[in-house]
Order: sequence, then structure tokens, then C-alpha cells
Amino acid sequence: MKLKTLMMGSALGLAIAAPAFADKSDDTLRLAFLKELESVDNYFNSAREGILISRAVWDGLLYRDPDTGEFKGNLATEWTWIDDVTIELKLREGVTFHNGEPFNADDVVYTVNYVTNPDNGIKVSANVNWMKSAEKVDDYTVRINLVAPFPPAEEYLAGPVVMYPNEYYEEVGPTGMATAPIGTGPYKVDLVEPGQLYELSKFEDYHDSPKGEADIGKIEVKTIPDMNTQVAELFNGGLDFLWNVPADQAEKLAEMEDRFEVVNAQAIRIGYITIDAAGASDPDGPMTDKKVRQAIYHAIDRQAIVDALVKGSSEVVNAGCAPIQFGCDQSVKTYDYDPEKAKALLAEAGYPDGFEIDFYAYRDRPYAEALMGFLNEVGITTNFNYLKYAALREKREKKEVPISFQTWGSYSLADVSAITGEFFTGGPLDDAMDPEVIEWVKEAGSVTDRAKREELYSKAHAKIAEEAYWVPLWTYNVNYVLSNELAFTPTDDEIVRFADFSWK
Amino acid sequence: MAVYILKRLGLALLVALTVSFISFSLLFMAGDPAVAIAGENATAVDIARINERYGFDRPMIVQYGDWLGSAVTGDLGNSWYFDMSVTELIGDRLKVTMKLGIFAISLALLVAIPLGVAAAANPNSLIDRFALFLSVVGQAIPSFWFGLILIVVFSINLGLLPASGNATWRHFVLPTVVLGYYATPAIMRLTRAGMMEVLSSDYIRTARAKGLGTRKVMFKHALRNAIIPVVSLAAVQMGFMLGGSIVVETVFALHGAGYLAWESISRNDLPTMQALILIFSTFYILFTFLADVLNAWLDPRLRVG
Repeated sequence: MKLKTLMMGSALGLAIAAPAFADKSDDTLRLAFLKELESVDNYFNSAREGILISRAVWDGLLYRDPDTGEFKGNLATEWTWIDDVTIELKLREGVTFHNGEPFNADDVVYTVNYVTNPDNGIKVSANVNWMKSAEKVDDYTVRINLVAPFPPAEEYLAGPVVMYPNEYYEEVGPTGMATAPIGTGPYKVDLVEPGQLYELSKFEDYHDSPKGEADIGKIEVKTIPDMNTQVAELFNGGLDFLWNVPADQAEKLAEMEDRFEVVNAQAIRIGYITIDAAGASDPDGPMTDKKVRQAIYHAIDRQAIVDALVKGSSEVVNAGCAPIQFGCDQSVKTYDYDPEKAKALLAEAGYPDGFEIDFYAYRDRPYAEALMGFLNEVGITTNFNYLKYAALREKREKKEVPISFQTWGSYSLADVSAITGEFFTGGPLDDAMDPEVIEWVKEAGSVTDRAKREELYSKAHAKIAEEAYWVPLWTYNVNYVLSNELAFTPTDDEIVRFADFSWK
Repeated sequence: MAVYILKRLGLALLVALTVSFISFSLLFMAGDPAVAIAGENATAVDIARINERYGFDRPMIVQYGDWLGSAVTGDLGNSWYFDMSVTELIGDRLKVTMKLGIFAISLALLVAIPLGVAAAANPNSLIDRFALFLSVVGQAIPSFWFGLILIVVFSINLGLLPASGNATWRHFVLPTVVLGYYATPAIMRLTRAGMMEVLSSDYIRTARAKGLGTRKVMFKHALRNAIIPVVSLAAVQMGFMLGGSIVVETVFALHGAGYLAWESISRNDLPTMQALILIFSTFYILFTFLADVLNAWLDPRLRVG
């Protein structure tokens, strides 16, 4: 990898003298995805790239302002909780889909009932399975019935739950939607060449949405799987915008201020170390000892890794959640970097000479190696196992992983239920199995009172920190590189909203 | 000749079947496919649902039997990742890879054989040293780096050729050069070595003694014999290029079958991967078979074996 970076540097070094061709004359923003989408249909996609297209092409009933976190009406103008399991929404009138089909209650009812039907095999069922059904009250009023109280409902209605045109979807289904998507969003899709090219153009009849009208006329999204080639295309004028640029390349590009601008923003993804505190992999293993877990925490200089490797606007987190998520209380017990204290704690736990343990990871190998370096220094000898995510997850579910470096992107949902609710409710990936924590987190996932939820999550995070069940590490960050004719301000949820781009 | 061809065909089928079974088993060992389908953020509920839907709880051999039965009838299943017919998915990608493979092997043969012959005819000359230099460099530089250098020079600095995509023939120029160059050294060295050996043999000396012209000796008598191992090697290289053009397809964003194969492995998209392995191994076996037949035609002695 290092060799590749070095050679890449030398190759691109030759290109610095080249002139820039990117311009705004044809009003087309060109960008690239590293990854092919499995489907453009929002409900049959789990990739972040798909979320970007989805937010441009479709709208949700609500909208979460990424700057303030406040929920605003989008396709709905008002919403009321009738009771814990029913939301009534007044829909915006005069909205049309890209194909001219008017938007009304029938579309909401059809969409919700379609996606909640398990036979239809929605890709990420967690995005929709909290809803039971939808019913029409009148042409512009609907009720969504929930399976059980689900406090983060608004977050989902503003995110992954987007509205489809009932007549069109009934006719074409997921395959048709994937090749000729129709939504109400600020951009309509002109061309889909699966895995290669997506062409979007501004929807002139876009409704009065808090998303805002699109500024740039056309968007062209290519799939270029190699970041080096993407950089070359940036030099070439073939691309105007790069996304997810590795820190070393971003630093080099930042030096060319006359041609490019590099902006960095936090991502919702965080890194953390899982520790098998419940002893499922080894009932008498060292991880079951609180002092050992605290020693692990003290052994790692998280800030040093952020400064040297993760870089950008990443920051160390103390609770296992992204700071922008609702319910993420970072004011919990912290463990400073203190290798001597770590050694002392290990000695107190009966491991004066340390011990040997299998350490697992599936991505960001340099980070994992840095973490192991710190552990080795206090006497915890780590045997490194670097696996594919699917293999590691299988091992974790089989309870064969005593300690691992993991990350979680919460599917871009700004609510801790998407992370704490996934890992501390007694499921197969719960390494703590703390009955108290399980109870608090479960309750927080079912009460609608926001203050009560915050209180419960705070209690849970406090205990997780006190017991050192996890070692929360850092938030991730994303580097965006823009041609100097482009204006864009990224948000902390890692979602690139095409309507937010403009030419300078 | 007919018996020879039939025997070879039988063997080829057996190899294809074995390869498909081994690859099927290996792919199943690469982690829980349900997790791979569901994606990194999947919940336990998603995974359980997928396990049920795709029947991953059945014994592997039963799943292989099902798959093979369908494959024989032309049904390669649905891609788990793209949720579309594998045949449809692979169709266009394979065209890109075939095009690239044929261009690249043609370029490699066009460069390597004349150069190998010239080098063998003039040992230790300037042309021989040039050929050797070209082959050493070709083997030493990584394809991705060579590809990037070509992009920097021809696409960024000179603005002559596109850096990515497969829309026109111009998009294939740089990838063809990179992939072709990768295959050139081996073919060139084998041609050179074969020619040198043949040129020093008795029958060539006799031909020369009879007063035949150099060109006739070289191309009619020597090359026909020296080329036999080259034909086999070119067939192997062609098979390799179809399956192994991953790096080139990635660097130039060609969206061919090689890149699809790599992506399918990383996503655990088993139906796509299995279909690709079947197709690649069939091509590989087909090329080897054709090379055997061609060699048997070039050298009748080989038909005995």
C-alpha cells in the first residue's frame, strides 16, 4: 500500500504542470463514485453512494436541517403524534413527481404499505420495519401506524423513507425504478447506465422544500473504482468534485490552492474497540476483568492516532456514538493515555507480565496496527487477524472474538438508537450483556418522550464507560476536493446533497 | 485428429467441472454470505431474513447441485448484490473484457514475435539488447503504475486520450497498451529462445547449406517450429487476461468482467462469482484446447500423445 502511494505520488507529480480544464460553462457538475450501486432504487440499496442519489431524486415526508438538527416539513407540512404508535401528517399540495404524476395521500399509503410488506424484500428492513401500515384520511392527510412506539420515527421519515409515485411504481416495480427513477426531488434522472454513469438534471418544477432548489443544471456521476484515476480525471477536467479522498492525497491536492479546494468534515461513522466483557469467547479470559478493560483504555493514545493517521476534523469520542446523534452524551468517564497506569491495572488484575490475545480488524489496517502497537507496549501481546467484514461479523456472532477494532456508520441516522440500540440490547453483537444497560437502551428505544430518552441513553453510556465495555475511539472524517469554480459546504452526516452545490 | 480432439474435449469438460466445484466450495468459506449481501450496517434481523430467503442453512453440496442443475439449463441465477439476472449482468461486461483481451493479445503478439525473431537472428546486437531491456522493464513495472503514467502523459499532459470509461475505441488505447505490454515479455522471450534453439538445429543448417534465403529459412522453416510453445503460452495469456485484467479495468474504469469478478468476491456475490468462474474457466479451457489443436496441426507428431 505504501509502495502504491509512493508510486502514485510520483506519477501524479508529473501532472502538476498541466493546465486545468474544468469549467462551469456547460453547467454540469461531474463527480465519481468509487463503488457501483447495487440499485438506484432507494429501497434496494445499502450503499452510501446510493443515499446521495436518493436524496437528490426523492423526498421524505420530513427534512432534518443538517446544521441545526431541527425537523422541518418536506412533503408533509405538519405532523402530529396521535398516540405512541400513530402519526398523522398533512401533505403538501401542488407537488408533482418528475413524470407529472401529482403527489397525494395515495402515494404515501402505497409507498409505506409496499416497503413494509416483507414479501417485497426491502434491502435494509430496519429502515422501514418500525412502520406497520399507512392509511388515507383524505387526499392530503395520512396516518402512519407504527408496530410499537418508535421514538426516532422522525429521523427515519426525514432520511431513508422516501416517497414513491404509486401509479408508476405499481407499473414498473423495483427494476423499472432502478433504470428510470421517478421522484419529487430537486434533480430528475435522465440516464442510468448501471454501474457506469448516472445523469441528472435540475427539476424545474421542484416544490418549495427546505432542501432548497438545485442551483447547478446537470449532474454527471461516473463510477471510477480507483481513487488515483479519479484524481487524474480531476486534473484532466473530467471531474469537478472528489469525495472520500484519503488524507495523504488530500494534503497534496490542498497544496494546489490555485486549482482546487480541499474541505474536510466529520462523518457520522465512529471507530471503537469491542471487548468481550461477557466472556463469551473465553469465560475465564482477561477481558471479563474490568481492570483489564480499563487498562486497555488507558493504554491507547487515541489523540495521537487521530493527529497522525485519521487527521482532518476527526475528534476523539468518549461515548460510543457520533456527537451529532440525538442521545449521544459525551460527558461520560474518560480514561487518559497513561501506559503506567495501564500496566499497574494489569498487575492488579493478575497479569503483571501482560497476556497474549487475538486482535481482530476488517478495515483501516494502519489504525488497527497503531492500536496494537499501544497495547503491545503495556504487555498485551496481540495476534493480528485481519478479515473481511462478513467473516469477522460471523466470528463475532459465534462469540469467537475477544477484542476487535470496529467502525459503524449508523446508516447516516442522527439518533443513537442506530448504534447503541444495535450493540447494547442483548443481541448477537452485544459483548457486554449487561442487563441494566440492556433495559435502559431498550426502554430508550420505545419511549417517545425525548427528555426521557436522553436521560436513559445518558445512563447507559455512563455505565458503558464506567465498565469500559467499549473503547470509543474517534469520529471519521471525509475529504472533499472541489475544482476552484465550485462552491460547496459539507455537513457532518457524510451526505453530499447535490442541491447544495453552486458555481462561484 | 478427430480422436485427439474428442479426447481433449472430454478432458476439458472434466477440468471445467472440477474448477467450478472447487471455486464454489472456496467461496462459501469466505465469511457469512448473508452479512455480505446485507451490507456493513445491517442489523441481525436483516441477516436472519436473508439467510432464510436464500437458503444458506442448507448443506453446501445441495446448494452446489442446485446451482449446477440450473447452470446447465442456462440459468445462472440472480446476482445477490444487483438483484438482477447474472447472465444479463455479465453480458455487457464480458464484451468489454473480450475486446480488451483480444486487442491486448494481438498487440502483444504483433510486438513480441517479430521482436523475438529479430533478437534471435541477431544475438547480442542492439536489437537483442533492446528486446531484453523491454522485457525486463515489462516484467518489473506494476500495471497500475504504468497505467497511471500513461494517463498522466497522454491524458492529462497531452490531452490526447481519455483516462477512464469504455465509450469509444479511444478509451481502449491506453488499457490495451498496459495489458498488452504485460503479456509481451513472456511471449517475446519464448519466441527468442525457441528461435535460437531451432536456428542452431541440423535441419536449419541443412536448409541454409541448400542455399535457401534467410527470410525463407527464418519464417518457413524455423518459426513454424519455434512458435509451437508460443501458441500455448498465448492461449494461457489470453485466458489470464480475461480473468486477470482486474487492475487495468480498475485503473481505467472499464467496467469489464475482470473488475466485476473482483467486486463480486469482495461483496460475496456468490451467483455472479460462480458464473464468472465458470465462464472464465470455460474460456481458459477453450483457449488451451484450441492451442492444442493448432499445435497438433502445426506439428503432426503431437497428435500421437
